[in-house]
Amino acid sequence: MALTKAEIAEHLFLKVGLNKKDSKDLVESFFEEIRQSLEDGEQVKLSGFGNFDLREKAQRPGRNPKTGEDIPISARRVVTFRPGQKLKIRVENAGEES
Amino acid sequence: MTKSELIEQLAEQYPHIPFKDLETSVKELLEYMAQSLAKNERIEIRGFGSFSLHYRAPRLGRNPKTGDSVELEGKYVPHFKPGKELRDRVNIT
Repeated sequence: MALTKAEIAEHLFLKVGLNKKDSKDLVESFFEEIRQSLEDGEQVKLSGFGNFDLREKAQRPGRNPKTGEDIPISARRVVTFRPGQKLKIRVENAGEES
Repeated sequence: MTKSELIEQLAEQYPHIPFKDLETSVKELLEYMAQSLAKNERIEIRGFGSFSLHYRAPRLGRNPKTGDSVELEGKYVPHFKPGKELRDRVNIT
């Protein structure tokens, strides 16, 4: 099972004591603020968790995998996530029973 | 934008929620996400993206100072895949 916005909202409702509507809205706004900052071209740094950075990719050759036709992949701006040191250490052994 | 700037943005949108509660909420939200990943449970936020773990196989590394080789154990690393809305909004060319 994957963690979703609904579960995060439920967690804030239980742990912080916000009402259900505020919890739900706040989770939505949290992710929207990050999207907006990135859309505006500004990186997002969440200490202890990681950074969302922007990278400019130049145009490169590509092809349609179905037809084999050559189609250039246009230049674009993409988001990359760089996990922080703390998060990296916490997940290192996540596959092992402990 | 830093975490504290994000909290300030939220404070403008939610003037009726005590600032302290907004700080706690953002901290809890990130902590909950980190805990989820630490259990190798993926996170799926529609329109934003998904977080999961990728496995890195054991390998021989080197001590950059001495040049000695060291055995590095296999490990998991966090991975983020941006969702469609985020990809599209960021890619203004």
